[in-house]
Amino acid sequence: MFDWFFNFINWLVAIYESWPLGVQITFMTLVKIVALMAPLMVCVAYLTFAERKIIGYMQSRLGPNRVGPRGWLQPIADAVKLMFKEIIIPTGSNKYLFLISPILSIAPALAVWAVIPFNDGMVLADINAGLLYVLAVTSLGVYGVIIAGWASNSKYALLGAMRIGAQIVAYEIAMGFALVGVLMAAGSLNLGEIVKGQSGSIFHWYWLPLLPLFLIYFISGVAETNRAPFDVAEGESEIVAGFHVEYSGMAFAVFFLAEYANMILIAALAAIMFLGGWLSPFQGLPEAVFAVPVLGAVLGGGIHWLLIKMSFFLFCFLWFRATFPRYRYDQIMRLGWKVFIPITIIWLLVLGLMILGNVPPWWSAA
Amino acid sequence: MLENYLPVLIFMIVGLAVGAIMIVLGFALSTSKPDSEKLSPYECGFEAFEDARMKFDVRYYLVAILFILFDLEIAFLFPWAVVLEKIGMFGYIAMAIFLGILVIGFIYEWKKGALEWE
Repeated sequence: MFDWFFNFINWLVAIYESWPLGVQITFMTLVKIVALMAPLMVCVAYLTFAERKIIGYMQSRLGPNRVGPRGWLQPIADAVKLMFKEIIIPTGSNKYLFLISPILSIAPALAVWAVIPFNDGMVLADINAGLLYVLAVTSLGVYGVIIAGWASNSKYALLGAMRIGAQIVAYEIAMGFALVGVLMAAGSLNLGEIVKGQSGSIFHWYWLPLLPLFLIYFISGVAETNRAPFDVAEGESEIVAGFHVEYSGMAFAVFFLAEYANMILIAALAAIMFLGGWLSPFQGLPEAVFAVPVLGAVLGGGIHWLLIKMSFFLFCFLWFRATFPRYRYDQIMRLGWKVFIPITIIWLLVLGLMILGNVPPWWSAA
Repeated sequence: MLENYLPVLIFMIVGLAVGAIMIVLGFALSTSKPDSEKLSPYECGFEAFEDARMKFDVRYYLVAILFILFDLEIAFLFPWAVVLEKIGMFGYIAMAIFLGILVIGFIYEWKKGALEWE
């Protein structure tokens, strides 16, 4: 009955096996990349929906509820609308830079996902320099923004780009120091190894021994992605939309995608480095519990725990936006340079002593 | 070992391609009816006066220079942090001296007001 189907599959497999090895590897990698990127894009789309709904409910509104059942088709309608909107290229702009900059800002936001481990061994590129790669590639995102602001040849865009550039580099230092703390604790740059180093129980996760670095990392992450309360670079009421004021249609949508992909990335990294990634918080319970068929799979470690932790951080992003008023620019710079950097430097020195001395109260993990 | 980096390279190319395809798609699907008012830079409805590429505050340069110093330092700390347990107290003290020198510079620029934004 289904013979034709199996024949078809066999035929496809035969074609695949007739290719040279290099092509086979490249093809499989591309399949994996699509399998990673498609859910990511759906997450980005529904994160915008979640943002509008959650902030709506926090402000006693309903949020979008017209397109589809309870508004669930809203992000798709938005995407279609943006696709058909005219892309305006201002007369005074540098045309090529203007169009290249959205690409420069989304490429790093996507490329970092190559090294994110979703489960034990479930990672596209299991490279030893994982965290270094993350730091390097996320830093590239600022180019897209600065070039966009410059190429637009508009005052608001230039002001927004200058602000965002200075803000991102200031917080990147605090973020980098926080990452150094994680490295000291884990002794490895590989993100999978970092997660495995946290196994034990919820108190072995690095959030506890690295508590100040954890908080600084997440707050810097909010600042890096220009989310409220650090969104002076695109503050609607001050400089309209900042660096992407001249962008419309798909060119704007690409910036938008990059911003939300970066938010999800920060959430994933925070979950992996400080909340034990795919590890279950119930680790340490008697073995018998994990042998129960369904319950054991739910309570045991797995990708679902990573997703739950990421959802928590993403909810925090939205919560902050609904709660806090925007910082003034000088306050942002003061927080970055005069508060976070001194705290992280001191904490790194303390941490080094604790690791070398194997001080038990909060360094039993090493 | 090095073949582990192939997916990274492919992913970067895919990332660039996704951005490029989306913009090309945007051009292909959308209409284009330019006129001089629509293409002028946005300035809250006013006529644009003077060039947008104006002088901006020197402090942005200052921040960029400080960033280079500190980012280099982080790049220097990365390998140190990975092998900290192997190099022990000697490595720790060496890095503490390095950080100490850097902190002196940091205090100097703080006192000089390089970090002030009014």
